[in-house]
Amino acid sequence: MTAVVDVVAMACLLAGAFLCLTAGLGLVRFPDVLSRMHAGTKPQVLGVLLVMVGAAIRLHGWSNVWMLLLVAAFQLLTAPVSAHMISRVAYRRRHVRRDLLLVDEFDADQQQSGDAPADAGPEPPATAGRG
Amino acid sequence: MTVVTYVLYGLIGGGALLALVRLAWGPSLLDRVVATDTLLVIISAGLAVYAALERDPTVVPVLVVVSLLAFVGSVSIARYVGGMLRRSASGDGRDLGLPQAAEEREARS
Repeated sequence: MTAVVDVVAMACLLAGAFLCLTAGLGLVRFPDVLSRMHAGTKPQVLGVLLVMVGAAIRLHGWSNVWMLLLVAAFQLLTAPVSAHMISRVAYRRRHVRRDLLLVDEFDADQQQSGDAPADAGPEPPATAGRG
Repeated sequence: MTVVTYVLYGLIGGGALLALVRLAWGPSLLDRVVATDTLLVIISAGLAVYAALERDPTVVPVLVVVSLLAFVGSVSIARYVGGMLRRSASGDGRDLGLPQAAEEREARS
């Protein structure tokens, strides 16, 4: 019984570690920020979940299991937020290879008004119309 | 079992080394942010693998700290870089004349 459990835990750990290696390879090989982020996010969700499952199987005691579950929940909650912010700034600072994009919905030619950026510094104080 | 141990540490160490390579090369700041984010995730995976292999629960609280630090670091740098964008003076909310990206400069030369 314990042998089977250990084999399952080791399989989860190996899959997670393999995802870490693929993230490193993708970071080195891919051409621009968005595709590098695509590669780097692989271990952020699936890899961390697999490693946490493996560690929770190997470690005994509920306190460790709850803490590992907390780490997994943090990863699931925070990975989309940080990826969204980084990719938006990357697009607007033109760190994106536009010739590699198939669909570019933010393209200025197809869009009537520029999207109002949310975090581009404070607005200049509106003096007109205030008298 | 020892073979599995070596393979696990080798895979995680290889991933961390490649992320460090991108951290050193990365032509733009955002590449380095992405590389740092991935590196912290790989570090937390390595700590969890160590805890699982040695059955040592000492490093488990460190995992929580590392996973939170990765989020706070990447979000704060993203907001800082976003604050560097210049706004047009006409007040229509459009961006103009962003600082030239390193990849464009490299592609043009």
